Amino acid sequence: MIKGAYVHIPFCEHICYYCDFNKYFIQNQPVIAYLKALDEEMAEGLSSSLHAKPETIFIGGGTPTALSDEAFAFMMDSVSNRLYEEGDTKEFTVEINPENLNPLKLDVMKRAGVNRLSIGVQTFDDHLLTEIGRKHTRQSAIEAIALARQYGFDNISIDLMFGLPGQSKQQLQASLDEVLFLQAQHVSIYSLQIEPRTIFYNRLKKGKLTLPSQDIEADMYGYLIDFLAAHGIKQYEISNFAISDHESQHNLIYWNNEEYYGFGAGAHGYVHGKRVVNARAIKGYIRRIEEQGRACVESHSVTIQEKMEEEMFLGLRKLIGVSKQQFLKKFHHPMEQYYKEAIKALVAKGLLVEQDGWLRLSRKGIFLGNEVFEAFLI
Amino acid sequence: MSEERKQRQKRIRNFSIIAHIDHGKSTLADRILESTNPLLKREMRAQMLDAMDLERERGITIKLNAVQLTYKAKDGQEYIFHLIDTPGHVDFSYEVSRSLAACEGALLIVDAAQGVEAQTLANVYLALDNDLEIIPVINKIDLPSAEPDRVKKEVEDVIGLDASDAVLTSAKSGIGIDDVLETIVEKIPAPTGNPDGPLKALIFDSLYDSYRGVITYIRIIDGTVKVGDRIKMMATGKEFEVNEVGVFTPKPVNKEELTVGDVGFLTAAIKKVSDTRVGDTITSADHPTLEALPGYRRMNPMVFCGLYPVDSNNYNDLREALERLELNDSSLQYEAETSEALGFGFRCGFLGLLHMEIIQERIEREFGIDLITTAPSVIYHVQLSGGEVGEIDNPSKMPEGKMIEQVEEPYVKASIMTPNDYVGVVMELCQSKRGEMIDMVYLDENRVNIMYHIPLSEIVYDFFDHLKSNTKGYASLDYELSGYKASNLVKMDIVLNGEKIDALSVIVHRDFAYARGKSIVEKLKELIPRQQFEVPIQAALGQKIIARSTIKALRKNVLAKCYGGDISRKRKLLEKQKEGKKRMKMVGRVEVPQEAFMAVLRLDDTTKS
Repeated sequence: MIKGAYVHIPFCEHICYYCDFNKYFIQNQPVIAYLKALDEEMAEGLSSSLHAKPETIFIGGGTPTALSDEAFAFMMDSVSNRLYEEGDTKEFTVEINPENLNPLKLDVMKRAGVNRLSIGVQTFDDHLLTEIGRKHTRQSAIEAIALARQYGFDNISIDLMFGLPGQSKQQLQASLDEVLFLQAQHVSIYSLQIEPRTIFYNRLKKGKLTLPSQDIEADMYGYLIDFLAAHGIKQYEISNFAISDHESQHNLIYWNNEEYYGFGAGAHGYVHGKRVVNARAIKGYIRRIEEQGRACVESHSVTIQEKMEEEMFLGLRKLIGVSKQQFLKKFHHPMEQYYKEAIKALVAKGLLVEQDGWLRLSRKGIFLGNEVFEAFLI
Repeated sequence: MSEERKQRQKRIRNFSIIAHIDHGKSTLADRILESTNPLLKREMRAQMLDAMDLERERGITIKLNAVQLTYKAKDGQEYIFHLIDTPGHVDFSYEVSRSLAACEGALLIVDAAQGVEAQTLANVYLALDNDLEIIPVINKIDLPSAEPDRVKKEVEDVIGLDASDAVLTSAKSGIGIDDVLETIVEKIPAPTGNPDGPLKALIFDSLYDSYRGVITYIRIIDGTVKVGDRIKMMATGKEFEVNEVGVFTPKPVNKEELTVGDVGFLTAAIKKVSDTRVGDTITSADHPTLEALPGYRRMNPMVFCGLYPVDSNNYNDLREALERLELNDSSLQYEAETSEALGFGFRCGFLGLLHMEIIQERIEREFGIDLITTAPSVIYHVQLSGGEVGEIDNPSKMPEGKMIEQVEEPYVKASIMTPNDYVGVVMELCQSKRGEMIDMVYLDENRVNIMYHIPLSEIVYDFFDHLKSNTKGYASLDYELSGYKASNLVKMDIVLNGEKIDALSVIVHRDFAYARGKSIVEKLKELIPRQQFEVPIQAALGQKIIARSTIKALRKNVLAKCYGGDISRKRKLLEKQKEGKKRMKMVGRVEVPQEAFMAVLRLDDTTKS
């Protein structure tokens, strides 16, 4: 069963300094042609699957809300049409940026069946926002959330970042306080990662970027985990926190190693045992859809070994961990058959906890996750 | 038949080409090959004489190759040339001397812009020692900076050879090649020697082939050898029946016989390499010669290092690799040794640093074994207070300070040729390496030859690299062992996470111990990745800690984002991390990358660069 669908809107009004997603300046792009192609891809994609519509839908980008009101309405209508099914769809998320949210868009989303919003805030500090290339302010973020609530959106997730250049503990604290104050149901907090082909990367190469030390980053991470926990927002994945029963169902599909569609330019999918990637360039994507109805440019059949490895290094990202019983059911062999030594060593190092038939990261393991995940590559 | 042989003998010319690195030896050899074997031109890959990949990659020649060529001279006669290619690097003078003993003459190539350099000199002396006729060839005359007349004068003044008839060439552009060939005919004497006399053939190299057994490379001094003859190795007295004889064109071509002046190969189902010895004489079993040819002096290794497999399961593979390499490289020495930190490995002796690097690369590449190389060291003579004297080739074996009366280390006489502008810099470098100046000779208004006595241990690592980088590549170096001298040397240990790591011990001069210790602990801090606990690093002289640094514990190493689009990338990241770990060796509780063991010596702060 293909549980989720991801839809990519690769247009932005400006480029943030840290972003390495597939995105393009919206000016002069063939937006409508793209959205039409997207519509066709979704139609094709679902038709090849005999199952019901997916349980989760996630529209991300780029900046989905950067579309004009008309284009946005067209897009929401098309997604709703092709993917949404009353009763089947459990979670329908759209990513929004505070500076281009307006009543019209909120209305369109409500009618389309959207029941969750993910807001890109990153920080509530105006100075830091400029430092990282964001084009909104603390105030506009607060207002956007208030507006969304007015429209009845009661499942709101806020994106934050830490380890930003020059960021102090106080600034992080202020953002966390704001999150509490706004009563967000869900928070995603990422430590800044400098990726190639980003503005920050170029600056770093030129020696023009000062990043906080690993120790400061680690201190911040530990602090925010404890702070949020103390206020009822529990960590359920390496970078994701939620109040009870408000975990992101869509993202859990990734960590549960389940299948999902990926629609749009550069989107990744996992369907019928294959990990697939779509063409990244807009024109290339449109052309392929027009010619073949599909835009897949890469396809990899996941082997059993790979699937097992993924089960582990994705599953352990969840704090609840991986169930030995479920592993057995999925692979017809106990976990210990392949991982006995690795598990033993990691438990001995204090990175992994074995309890009640589940394997999960210890507190130390959360910080040194990569050391753990690596051990599960056969 | 006999008369035919005698006539043919008069038309043989055996020669080598000697030159400083990069003066165009291999290109000239190519041109000579082309001119005398035009058919080969199509098949020929550039610089074909450098048969091994490694050689071609580094642009240097390592093994000898002896090629037979035919040249139709201006006098209408057909001459038989044997070109024996030689390495140009200071490490391989042993190889050079071997090939020279098989020749009557040598082409001495000097770069028309660079002029006479240190290596040139060294090889010329070897040639003169062997009584060869030396033909100066001034190459690269096509360069705008070429000054053939100046260089001719240099050759006369510095070497003492008459260069008035020196041949001017540009091997790259193909100029002067015919002149070279004619001069070879005119100036290099034909081999003397009696084709009918008892067989005397000099083995100047050997190669092991799994099918044919040992292939000996020989030069016939007297007599004739045919397929089917019974031969005797004079050193061991062992007898064999000749299976094949032949020459290289450069491909091996079988012949019925080899006679005086011929240079080629001989196989006789010789199964064990120990049955033949380079420098030995092959003679007839039925009509043996009474006197063997003077053999070679075995060159002693100058530089030692420890070679350990990263994966201890590969120990036997490493042993086999060394055995195989030794077959074709009799100057390689090795013996088993153990390190507390690294397990089982070998202490290996090399002619020099380049030799060491080549062997390491060959082991990694041809045998697929990941290696840890410990710092190169030299042989020390240690006199204990009780009076006993011993040799130490491994710093970790140095006895306790109180037991030592005196330590002597090997010194070399280094000749450095450099342009005037860099004299100060060169002197500073040598002084910082504990050198004592012997002499300084101005060769002409631009260049100086500076001679220093320097401890070998200070040369073995990166002296040459520093010399080159501090003089923009203009300086050249040659050195030879010049005896032992007592020095104020101490053993410095490196203690990692509380454990003394024997493989990292070094012997240093007491005055430099602190600076060296500090550099090493700082370097290790850079190279060793953060572990899951704090790691103190200390440098110690005996019980006394003289420098320290600390590697902080790893606090965070986890990928923050992992959504649908990140999964394949995440996988690659983890795989790369895992691969990286493979190149690490667990030393106590600390994961140490291979490079750390050697790189502790890459200290770029001992001299200004």
